[in-house]
Amino acid sequence: MTARAQTGAPPARSSFALLRHARYVIGENPVTGIAFAIFVLLVVAALLGPLVTPYDPLASDTSATLRAPSAKHWFGTDQLGRDIFSRVVAATRLDLGIAIFSVALVFALGGLSGIAAGFFGGWVDRVVCRIADTIMAFPLFVLAMGIVAALGNTVTNIVIATAIINFPLYARVARAEANVRREAGFVMAARLCGNGELRILLTQILPNIMPIMMVQMSLTMGYAILNAAGLSFIGLGVRPPTPEWGIMVAEGAAFIVSGEWWIAFFPGLALMLAVFCFNLLGDGLRDIVDPQRRT
Amino acid sequence: MLRQVLKRLATAIPSVIGVVVVTFLLTRVLPGDTAAYFAGPAATPQAIAEIRAKLGLDRPLPEQFAAYVKDLATGNLGNSLSTGRAVTTEIIARLPASAELTLVGLLLSMAVAIPLGIVAAVKQGSIVDHACRMVATAGVSLPVFFTGLLLVYVFYFLLGWAPAPLGRLDVFYSAPPDVTGFYLIDSLIARDLDTFRAAAAQLVVPALTMGIFSLAPIARMTRASMLAVLSSEFIRTARASGLTPRTVIITYAFRNALLPVITTLGMVFSFLLGANVLVEKVFAWPGIGSYAIEALIASDYAPVQGFVLTMAIMYVALNLVIDLLYGVIDPRVRIEG
Repeated sequence: MTARAQTGAPPARSSFALLRHARYVIGENPVTGIAFAIFVLLVVAALLGPLVTPYDPLASDTSATLRAPSAKHWFGTDQLGRDIFSRVVAATRLDLGIAIFSVALVFALGGLSGIAAGFFGGWVDRVVCRIADTIMAFPLFVLAMGIVAALGNTVTNIVIATAIINFPLYARVARAEANVRREAGFVMAARLCGNGELRILLTQILPNIMPIMMVQMSLTMGYAILNAAGLSFIGLGVRPPTPEWGIMVAEGAAFIVSGEWWIAFFPGLALMLAVFCFNLLGDGLRDIVDPQRRT
Repeated sequence: MLRQVLKRLATAIPSVIGVVVVTFLLTRVLPGDTAAYFAGPAATPQAIAEIRAKLGLDRPLPEQFAAYVKDLATGNLGNSLSTGRAVTTEIIARLPASAELTLVGLLLSMAVAIPLGIVAAVKQGSIVDHACRMVATAGVSLPVFFTGLLLVYVFYFLLGWAPAPLGRLDVFYSAPPDVTGFYLIDSLIARDLDTFRAAAAQLVVPALTMGIFSLAPIARMTRASMLAVLSSEFIRTARASGLTPRTVIITYAFRNALLPVITTLGMVFSFLLGANVLVEKVFAWPGIGSYAIEALIASDYAPVQGFVLTMAIMYVALNLVIDLLYGVIDPRVRIEG
């Protein structure tokens, strides 16, 4: 616990040590390196997206429907003759976008209220814990379905629902970490210097628990992607013909029984790789930030 | 023992209250006019006002909440807009299908995951250990609907071993007489082996999908808690006393390692109940998940609300059962509690 409490406010010299430690972790576990490579690929696909695809992801071609993967269409074509490779690449932006926005939202909501709960205690703590407990009383995906159904069937509401179901995770981690540091030396010093409580919370506690929160964010990114794709798979949020991995798998599902496997397979594979990549990155990041919790 | 059970029951009350309040708030407080929503886009203001009065939406919120709780207490979840049938009867009729799928999936996954975790912990660094780690990492990354489709492709289209993924029973068979609602059990009660075989054939692939999904957390937790127990002193003593490895591992270590595994089951159920919805869609399984999906697509809110409430109450109940199991497995919990 003491080792973790010291991770905050690193002096200038230790940034080099951190880099060396990062290199050591990647050397120990090359899988983290692979995950990082996939991550770069995903980011490039999300940024360049439609610019680099060989075909227009929305353009249908009735003369080439349901073609198996070939040199012309790497991932084949779907029932409307749309190029699946182009659609999978174009979908990256939307899928990553949903995940990033929801993670940012839950970090702002859950992270900050968790820190406040751990730091102030008392009624703030009770309210935050009660909210987290109530959310945890639901099976999370089912709650997300209910929220999207109530708020309305849009992509924005998928982002909100995904953020809400992740709230307890963030609030609990932030609360525990803030609670440990509540009476730490540097907090006492800041208080003695005449800083207000809110100022201490934002300038002392928050930067100190950032590394742990970053790990949490990376670990929940994968879950956020899975959740959003699951919601669009059952027909919520994203509407056809928008390319999105979950809805593309849903469209391809009808053709699996007749043997046209590629329509559902490639978007599903992209989804799997993205989730896999974020989970591995999260594990790798945790090894760097918090070596004691290595499994 | 009875007092402890009652005491534990009391702790579930805040969760139930929270669940009821949230499901109520989901329809009433959120943006958008519920009455206009129910009336449809072509309704006149007069029609909307009429519906508002009929639904009781013109009354103050606490009064609406009281009416909602009263309805719940009598088991009334409202009527579906599109079919006009009561949500409660529909959910009760479809619940066994979902329960059968989820439970068989969980049993399959426990039958594989627990031995896998034990062997991985006992023979650390072996091939089984690496396989266990791979399963644990890959398992959490697999979208459950994607695994389901892959299994359909392999077992139905390529190998032809499984029947078409279209519900609980092939059209040539009729459902067994209703006793428990579980086709596997009902067909055995009716001594109808053909129907049993047909129902089992339909169930295997979806249950396998659910099983693969929950394999990872169970295997991971079994391995971790077995490792922790195996390095403790009473195991060393047991080994030093010359007990056979079998006795040490099964009787001594596993029983003690079981507690964290049971805790994980609570979390696994949260995922399983959600995954259930997706698997039901893939396999056209006539459970409450596909009922909710149909209602969601038709913007029919009462069934969705009933579904969310049913799932949440079931989840709270399952966690309760898991807590009570604790006491059965570990007497220390019983005394402290």
